[in-house]
Amino acid sequence: MLGKRGIIFKPLAYGSPLLWLGIFFILPLAIMFVYSFSENQGILDIKLTWTWDNYAKLLSLVYLKILLKSLILAFFTTLICLIIGFIVSLYLLSLNKYLKIFLLFLITLPFWTNMLIRTYALIAILRSKGYVNFFLEKIWLSLNSLLVYFQIEPFMGEFVPLEILYTNLAVMIGLVYVYLPFMIFPIFMALDKLNYAYIEASFDLGANYLKTCFFIILPLAKNGIKNGIIITFTPVLGSYLIPDLLGGRDSSMIANLIERQFKGANDWPLGSALSLVLIYLTFLIIFISGLKKNKT
Amino acid sequence: MERQKDFYLKSPISRRTFSKNAGGFLLGLSLLKKDLFANSDAKVLNFYNWDTYIGENTLGDFKKKTGISVKMDLFADNEELFARFKKGNPGYDVIVPSDTFVERMAKAGLLEKINQAKIPNFKNLDPIFLNPQYDRKRNYSVPYMWGTVGIGYRKSAVKRVLKSEKLDSFKWVLDSDAFKNRIALISEPSTMFRIVLKYLGLDPNTSDLKQIKKAEDLLIRQKNNFKVFAEDNGQDLLLAGDVDLCVEWNGDIVQVMEEDEDLDYVVPTDGGFIWEDALCIPKNAPHLENAYEFVNYLLEPNVGREIAEFIGYATPNLKARALTGKSYRENPAIFPPSNILKELWTTKYLGEKVNRFYESAWVRVVSS
Repeated sequence: MLGKRGIIFKPLAYGSPLLWLGIFFILPLAIMFVYSFSENQGILDIKLTWTWDNYAKLLSLVYLKILLKSLILAFFTTLICLIIGFIVSLYLLSLNKYLKIFLLFLITLPFWTNMLIRTYALIAILRSKGYVNFFLEKIWLSLNSLLVYFQIEPFMGEFVPLEILYTNLAVMIGLVYVYLPFMIFPIFMALDKLNYAYIEASFDLGANYLKTCFFIILPLAKNGIKNGIIITFTPVLGSYLIPDLLGGRDSSMIANLIERQFKGANDWPLGSALSLVLIYLTFLIIFISGLKKNKT
Repeated sequence: MERQKDFYLKSPISRRTFSKNAGGFLLGLSLLKKDLFANSDAKVLNFYNWDTYIGENTLGDFKKKTGISVKMDLFADNEELFARFKKGNPGYDVIVPSDTFVERMAKAGLLEKINQAKIPNFKNLDPIFLNPQYDRKRNYSVPYMWGTVGIGYRKSAVKRVLKSEKLDSFKWVLDSDAFKNRIALISEPSTMFRIVLKYLGLDPNTSDLKQIKKAEDLLIRQKNNFKVFAEDNGQDLLLAGDVDLCVEWNGDIVQVMEEDEDLDYVVPTDGGFIWEDALCIPKNAPHLENAYEFVNYLLEPNVGREIAEFIGYATPNLKARALTGKSYRENPAIFPPSNILKELWTTKYLGEKVNRFYESAWVRVVSS
């Protein structure tokens, strides 16, 4: 059909994204790959010696610990996103068309603001004298004054602010907040295409709401959920900004460690090895999920 | 209280707090390593500086006087500066590294030798700054500002815990649970380990890894009393009431002290030290002559006065200091009393091996 024009357009159509991928993905990755087998020489120089030292260093307890911690944090963040995302998607499904579009628009709204600024906003909300504690204190004081008024002892005493900021909890809150839309959209897309007849049939056959949810909707939304998990888990595992700004003494994640190697430690080879391990992990996750998809 | 609520909208960003997160991006860019601004005849100058580290009108006045327009980029810490130069000068004419980094960059051959004859205003500098151990005879650097590292603290909290407003030891930060979960350290291994070494009575500039290991053990033991390893924003945490003690550079604390009377700064002699930032010209600077003219301009008494009073750091420029107001000249947080000053020490560049050991030890502290 395309005839002669296809000869020109086809390479162009395939070529430009390939070129893009080559320059901005493959090439930097190749440089890092080479670095990861190199050694530092003096202050500036890095010499390719095909050493496995950098990878061997990663096997030390310290790095494994931080990697494991990152995996755990990413796992729970994804889990929370999944639960909230599924509920939100179900709710969106029940709305009329216009309201649905409006709410979807609201979910995309945060993307219009830089993540750095949104994270700073979270600092203002979560800190000891932030908005959360401000409202909690208000509630505390009014409850206490009620107790005093009715002479119900013991009184509640002085308000102690919740220390949320600079803990792993704050990191989790930040991660869920930022990555939730990545979970909502794929699940919603999957649910949106759902044939309502299945749900109605389920109700007609006597299943209650929960049963319909778990045995009908959930399996049908499986692919959306899978995609959601991948595109949430992967960036969360490599997140850098949020643990850096919201985290406390125990919140360093793998990406923060990578940054240290490139800056403070002046150890680009080790930093490259660490980055590549993170990338291998990501590939592994995608590979496993692809494997399962092929089976079904 | 209103102030604290919209704190982030108002608080001045201090020199060390410029979002370091731009760092990664810039680092990536530096890999492209293009002399983007190279044009040797142009009346321009590329200046790479800390945030809030120049007078309000300095650059504009310089342009009026010489016709040279200064393009200023900002870096957040020495590591970032160094990482950008690692693969060659990305196009800057004047940079502002700190003491040990002057030595490190000079050793790596990244700095141009300074021809002092081209800087007539060199004579305005205090002679005690002309032969520092990090750059003997000032071959590669011109002193710009100096200061101390100490503890910023909330007076009322210290009074509540210690029954006195005087805080005179690093013990309360490093070796006590009196301020449990109310302490911010500075997330800079080479700074923190040296303070701990000094506190332990050891040589802060030691290359003996066993001694550094002792400092590491102390930090691990004390870790649960720290709230956060702050990325140079300890003063913000202090101001917002998230912590009561923080290890910080003096100027950062001076800036927040102006906003909150309950804050104070001290340099305990069992750990505090003196640092210095210097103007340097990197190798392959595209506008070398302009660079000399600019450095010379910054050393003019009136220009130096304006910068020093605006940023709140101590100037090594005698003529400039003579012109400053009393509130600056006699501020003990900027110029520590001489009896304290003589007990403080300066940092040395200890080589890449020790530097990497600092880093790996820090990772062990963070992950413990």
